[in-house]
Amino acid sequence: MDLSSCDVLVVGGGGAGLRAAIAVAETHPRLRVAVISKVYPMRSHTVSAEGGAAAVIKAEDSLDEHAYDTISGGDWLCDQDAVEAFVREAPEEMLRLEHWGCPWNRERDGHIAVRPFGGMKVERTWFAADKTGFHLLHTLFQTTLKYDAIQRYDEFFVTKLLVGEGRCQGVVAIELSTGQVRAITANAVILCTGGCGKIFPFTTNASIKNGDGMALAYRAGAPLKDMEFVQYHPTGLPFTGILITEAARSEGGWLLNKDGYRYLQDYELGTPTPKPVFRSMELGPRDRLSQCFVKEQEKGRTLEGPYGHYVHLDIRHLGEKLIDKKLPFVRELCLKYVGIDPVKEMIPVRPVVHYMMGGIHTDIHGATPLKGLYAAGEAACVSINGANRLGSNSLTEILVFGARAGKAAAAFAAEQAGASPSLVAQAHDEQRRIEERFLRKSGGKERIATLRAEMHQIMEESAGIYRTETVLKEAAGKLKRLQERFQDLSLDDRSYTFNTELTAALELSYMLDVAQTIVHSALERRESRGSHQRTDYPQRDDERFLAHSLAYRAEEGSPRIAYRPVTITRWPPGKRVYGR
Amino acid sequence: MPSTVALTVARYRPERESEPTFQTYEIPFRKDWVVLDALNHVKDELDGSLSFRWSCRMGVCGSCGMKVNGTPKLTCATFLSDYVPAPIRVEPLDYFPVVRDLVVDLTDFMRKLKQVKPWIIRTEEKPPAEGEYLQTPDQLDTYKQFSMCINCMLCYSACPIYGLEPSFIGPAAIALAQRYNMDSRDEGAAERLKILSEHDGIWQCTFVGECTKVCPKHVDPAGAIQQYKLTGATRWVKSLLLPWGTR
Ligand SMILES: Cc1cc2nc3c(=O)[nH]c(=O)nc-3n(C[C@H](O)[C@H](O)[C@H](O)COP(=O)(O)OP(=O)(O)OC[C@H]3O[C@@H](n4cnc5c(N)ncnc54)[C@H](O)[C@@H]3O)c2cc1C
Ligand code: SF4
Ligand code: FES
Repeated sequence: MDLSSCDVLVVGGGGAGLRAAIAVAETHPRLRVAVISKVYPMRSHTVSAEGGAAAVIKAEDSLDEHAYDTISGGDWLCDQDAVEAFVREAPEEMLRLEHWGCPWNRERDGHIAVRPFGGMKVERTWFAADKTGFHLLHTLFQTTLKYDAIQRYDEFFVTKLLVGEGRCQGVVAIELSTGQVRAITANAVILCTGGCGKIFPFTTNASIKNGDGMALAYRAGAPLKDMEFVQYHPTGLPFTGILITEAARSEGGWLLNKDGYRYLQDYELGTPTPKPVFRSMELGPRDRLSQCFVKEQEKGRTLEGPYGHYVHLDIRHLGEKLIDKKLPFVRELCLKYVGIDPVKEMIPVRPVVHYMMGGIHTDIHGATPLKGLYAAGEAACVSINGANRLGSNSLTEILVFGARAGKAAAAFAAEQAGASPSLVAQAHDEQRRIEERFLRKSGGKERIATLRAEMHQIMEESAGIYRTETVLKEAAGKLKRLQERFQDLSLDDRSYTFNTELTAALELSYMLDVAQTIVHSALERRESRGSHQRTDYPQRDDERFLAHSLAYRAEEGSPRIAYRPVTITRWPPGKRVYGR
Repeated sequence: MPSTVALTVARYRPERESEPTFQTYEIPFRKDWVVLDALNHVKDELDGSLSFRWSCRMGVCGSCGMKVNGTPKLTCATFLSDYVPAPIRVEPLDYFPVVRDLVVDLTDFMRKLKQVKPWIIRTEEKPPAEGEYLQTPDQLDTYKQFSMCINCMLCYSACPIYGLEPSFIGPAAIALAQRYNMDSRDEGAAERLKILSEHDGIWQCTFVGECTKVCPKHVDPAGAIQQYKLTGATRWVKSLLLPWGTR
């Protein structure tokens, strides 16, 4: 088996992974850092982020306001020490990106321009038109090219973490072009593998977002935190699930029901005004807006199309000039995928699975409880997003905590002696597992697409916007049976060269594990908070649940759920008030 | 509209065959479907061994470039309804080695990308704490278009020069170099020009403009090449007249 090594291994070439790699190269120039990614880094899903990235920059804003918006937006489940570090380091990270060439939109005098965003009380969202993630990712990737210390394994698919003597010491990965299974050892590993939206049928997430890193960490014994918190974004295009950015509303767009009525006014989100008002109406937080949609639907006030219920997002009154300047991608996407021009027509939208608040449990430096293993970005849960992430905090998070994890992992790696010999045997076992389970397996009758579709249905029914005990319980049992049926999977493709059916199978197995943690964490949290709404427990219950859930892998399949307290520094739990 | 479409797909499995072959699948026709949806239908329901790249399904990650009925396209942004009732033929992009089925080898481009030094080059960097480099909206506009490239490789696949002369650095890489050259924060234009002039390529471009025509993001790489040739030529003339340098 081909064995290679480096000092710090970053899994994932999205925003978090690339920022982490640069942090290693800058703080410890003597260390060898490698980025391994199942797609070329610039294909990572950070590329699709549209609206912007939040950081305090204007004189009228303050770090405390950003922290408060984040904490109240997260329904008090954020760790406040993490939030304080986040808002403090955000401006410098964003400026660094500016210095690296990110084409941020500007004021007339050349200063950075900012736009309002949902749940934020002051304008603080930096943007590069409505292709912020695209520019951010390409800027970061192109910047990594100037560091010779950063090595890359492009199109390598990680299948396992190597753990020896109680610490993580590398990974096993398939080189896609040849099918070779390789072991890459390292003194520290940082998981930056992104989210897991593809567990659900209707999502803004790309095909590569399958919770790989979450499952890898979970299988290696690290807990997944707050997995019950799944964000629905209120405005996805029916059928494709393509996102219409929140910026469309922050620039002044309206949400209208079938009667042309701005229905959010009926749900304690303020009164309609022609111009957008911070933390009010269409600029309320995403969890609340998605919940309002369901209530409108129950009242029979939504529209019905071939792909289910929807409402209208109206940006016509913004005018062609503003739309082309600040929302060109919205127009491009609508024209291309819905065949309508938002300058003249209303956009059909409905809530869509968008973001995972939960993830691999880390401390404020990105360290997981497993020695040598770090995590950052959407795969991780630090946690600054609590029960509901505010739009535009995630792109900033991947920079701030990508950098933090990079620095911490480098410092740790510099102290380590090298890989233990037992790892080679582990890697050989993994190679054998892949061959026997998938490539040389005879018999088996299940297809990936069938199992995936069933998982989708289970998750949508049980872990959607509203949840209940009975449905979640049933879902847990059904997922378990799916996992058993997965053992009976059969692949059409037995080749070694770029076998995407093999990777799809491995991704499905990751998703099934992560789905289990979502359902079990949701089942145990008998309260409603942020994006987790239990119709059988409609109130927030700070007595019992001002706590993070931790899902551990247990011996026989189902996860074991434990809790740890939320860190409160200066903002005691309060009522979430919007529209006033 | 018909209820099914004949989708012919190029297959190449190096472990099994020495030459590419074609395979035809009958797939349902849906008016909302893009070509990529049809390929996924094949993979999910009919034949799991078909390999192709994709990710975002919204025209921004640049993974899904293939030839559709002879023209380089993003398959996630190309609708079946643009072709039916005619049959649809999907092939890998031209001028790249084929790894497997519709997957091509991008190693050459990834090398070229690095060669043009696509990062901000300055003699002096100011620490982030001192704030942003000012850049007016007009200054942003001068390079913005060239910054929109998603590295989808359609332009390489359409470029006759690249087809003949694989060492040609190519449309997207030149556009990217120009993106940094025109950025008011950058001071690396001379360095990049040196690199580009060393490679033959740029002078061979006959300005066919095929690259600009196929570009799904309106980057206009042909325009970038043209600009480059102009600055390149002026600098070359100046360097004859003023051999001690022009900066
Ligand atoms: C449509 C859309 C719009 C958004 N808009 C905004 C916005 O405006 N503002 C905002 O703040 N946030 C936004 N978000 C959220 C934000 O973009 C993401 O949370 C963030 O980009 C995640 O970055 P990441 O680096 O953690 O992961 P990703 O960018 O998803 O990268 C994951 C990386 O891990 C690699 N990987 C995964 N599994 C494996 C494996 N098994 N082996 C090897 N490599 C692997 C992948 O190849 C990839 O390189 C948006 C999200 C979506 C989907
Ligand atoms: S210039 Fe256009 S066609 Fe060429 S790689 Fe970039 S986006 Fe694709
Ligand atoms: S799948 Fe991303 S551009 Fe087509």
